[in-house]
Amino acid sequence: MDFLALHHLKKYFADQKAVDDISFNISSGSIFGLLGPNGAGKTTLIRMITGIFFPDHGHIDFNGQRFNPMVDSAKIGYMPEERGLYKKMKIGEQALYLAQLKGMSKSDAMESVKKWFVKFEMESWWNKKVEDLSKGMSQKLQFVITVLHNPQLIILDEPFSGLDPVNANLIKEEIFALAKNGATIIFSTHRMEQVEEICDHIVLVNKGKKILDGTVHQVKQDFKENIYKLGANVIAEQLMTGLFEVVKYEPNQLLLKLPEYTTTNEVLNYFINHQVKINSFNEVLPSLNDIFIKIVEDTTATRKFESIH
Amino acid sequence: MKKIALIIKREYFIRVKKKSFLLTTIGVPLFIIGFYAIIIAISLDESGGSDKNKIAVIDEAQLFDGKIENTNPNIVFSIIKNETESNYLKKYQTAGFDAFLFIPNDSISKNKSIYNLHSITSMNLPLMSSIEETINEAIKRKTLIANGINPEAFKKMIHPVELENTVDTETGEKKSFAGVAYGVSFACGILIYMMMLIYGTQVMRGVSEEKTNRIAEVMVSSVKPFQMMMGKIIGIGAVGLTQFAVWICLMFIIQMAIPLVFPDLMHQVNNSTTSSSENMSMVSNVLQGLSSLHLGKILFSFLFYFLGGYLTYASIFAAIGSVVSEDQQEAQQLVFPVMMPIILGFVIMTKAVNEPNSSLAVFGSIFPLTSPIVMMGRIAYDIPNWQIAVSMLCLICSFLFFTWIAGKIYRTGILLYGKKPSWKEMIKWAVKKS
Repeated sequence: MDFLALHHLKKYFADQKAVDDISFNISSGSIFGLLGPNGAGKTTLIRMITGIFFPDHGHIDFNGQRFNPMVDSAKIGYMPEERGLYKKMKIGEQALYLAQLKGMSKSDAMESVKKWFVKFEMESWWNKKVEDLSKGMSQKLQFVITVLHNPQLIILDEPFSGLDPVNANLIKEEIFALAKNGATIIFSTHRMEQVEEICDHIVLVNKGKKILDGTVHQVKQDFKENIYKLGANVIAEQLMTGLFEVVKYEPNQLLLKLPEYTTTNEVLNYFINHQVKINSFNEVLPSLNDIFIKIVEDTTATRKFESIH
Repeated sequence: MKKIALIIKREYFIRVKKKSFLLTTIGVPLFIIGFYAIIIAISLDESGGSDKNKIAVIDEAQLFDGKIENTNPNIVFSIIKNETESNYLKKYQTAGFDAFLFIPNDSISKNKSIYNLHSITSMNLPLMSSIEETINEAIKRKTLIANGINPEAFKKMIHPVELENTVDTETGEKKSFAGVAYGVSFACGILIYMMMLIYGTQVMRGVSEEKTNRIAEVMVSSVKPFQMMMGKIIGIGAVGLTQFAVWICLMFIIQMAIPLVFPDLMHQVNNSTTSSSENMSMVSNVLQGLSSLHLGKILFSFLFYFLGGYLTYASIFAAIGSVVSEDQQEAQQLVFPVMMPIILGFVIMTKAVNEPNSSLAVFGSIFPLTSPIVMMGRIAYDIPNWQIAVSMLCLICSFLFFTWIAGKIYRTGILLYGKKPSWKEMIKWAVKKS
């Protein structure tokens, strides 16, 4: 079931079409990757999903019903890319305050804050101020504040920036656990290896338009170029064939690009018939990083300011 | 509503719990009052504090006829006979005098106007003028007698008059106390002016801090920007009201405490009021004047105009805070046009306390951007009720209008980073439909 459905969202600013007719669905309990180069319109899109902006056109369905920011904002946890906390406020009070603003009662908020502080070993921070924290610590705090009120939809914008591998792992595990418990997670980042690792489904936006939509697996299939890696000692004369094209040649490893009419079995047969000892043979799928760069480079990466009216 | 209450609570307590709030609220007035108390105590302590000055007088001209009428308790005159100036100049110190006054023989006939007072240390000004007064009186007396006028009869002739002002109203005539009204008006006007500036800029700083800290984005994902803005404005306004309340309480406590701590002081004040009719009339005038003012009306207006003026300006300051980023200079540029009506209001107020019914004062007290300050400058005088009603109505309307406009600018500005928007862009945001 779709937890969130975006229908033809548009948001134009004075000199930019920030979001220009974007639609996609996010299924319940999934970890969804929202990708795009800088200035693609991701933040504007997220701000519409969190109810900070009203779309100029189109609408959002939230949990099967028309999105109502007044009610539904309490069910959303948003961690913006630019971290923001009151520097001079005590950490415990701050967490309580922000949880209460999300509609929790004081006692519920207290219970939840304590639970998360224990989980992340932050109990000793209670009376400290945010300005006393290191960057990684305040990052952890920001994550805790985002999920304090048990949101059904969690939006994380670059949640791992500034975190060491141990803490990044801690938060990654937490993200998986939250999704397992039914929360839907939107994950926005430029770090493609994290997307591959974490996300089920991705959407790529650029210049305000959606240019890619699918599961990580599907996208990779769509962008594969029939390249195979052969682990074997092959001498150059054996490669004189029209069956495939050699992309890369190394003493004991080859990258082969197969034309559409060639099957893998034909290639293997060819090498077996040439008495080549094969150690390994497997398909090479493009990384999301490659796909990202390929797509974004096709369109001009930097947006130009344009006149709308 | 619950969320606004939460925001108000935070904004309020985070400020009230600060040490600097305690310091300014309790410390500053105590310091000022203590300072004045010391000054009053010293100035009242005339007899015991300073030593008596013994002054020797050689009266060659027989100006004093052997008897000096002395009103100053700090001076003791002694007339020295059978001595010359040059002779006694060397002796007066050893004879135990602090100073020596010589009045030459020809002083009356030549209309001499400069006399010389010899002294060991330099004489202080009040003492000098007191001696001058004594000499002047003596010369006047001599001249009157020389012209055949009885000095006692003359004294009765020149009796100083005092002007009282009676205002005729529908409910009957009553006394007007211009001086007291002037003082109260001026104090109220200045207080409103200061409070509006102090708390208005606090709102601005708070908003721009939220923006630069990027907490704004976290906040607007749970509350509406308008709630955020109003919460801040109301919270800081409540801090201001708390400060007033503390000050008023302090005033009462100090009024009660002064007689306990300084029983002598009150005693002296009482003494001086009974002994000197001039002092008594002044004190009773002030008391009568205060009771003739509608203190309740003034207090109510003060609260109303403080809140109205504060809310109007605070929303404008909040809008400014929302569009500027770290650069304080940008803020200054935007604040300047907002400060102008406040300063204008202050200037009109200083005129209005002198001429409360001039057309400028009436205009200033109705125009909502200056009315909080100017009206407080007029309120202690009797001004037509319709003017107060119109002024209050205008202020309420302007508060609603500016809050509405500021809310729109704030909503856009708080999430916008990078360059400062131009006035044109801000106006565009303000008139844009939501």
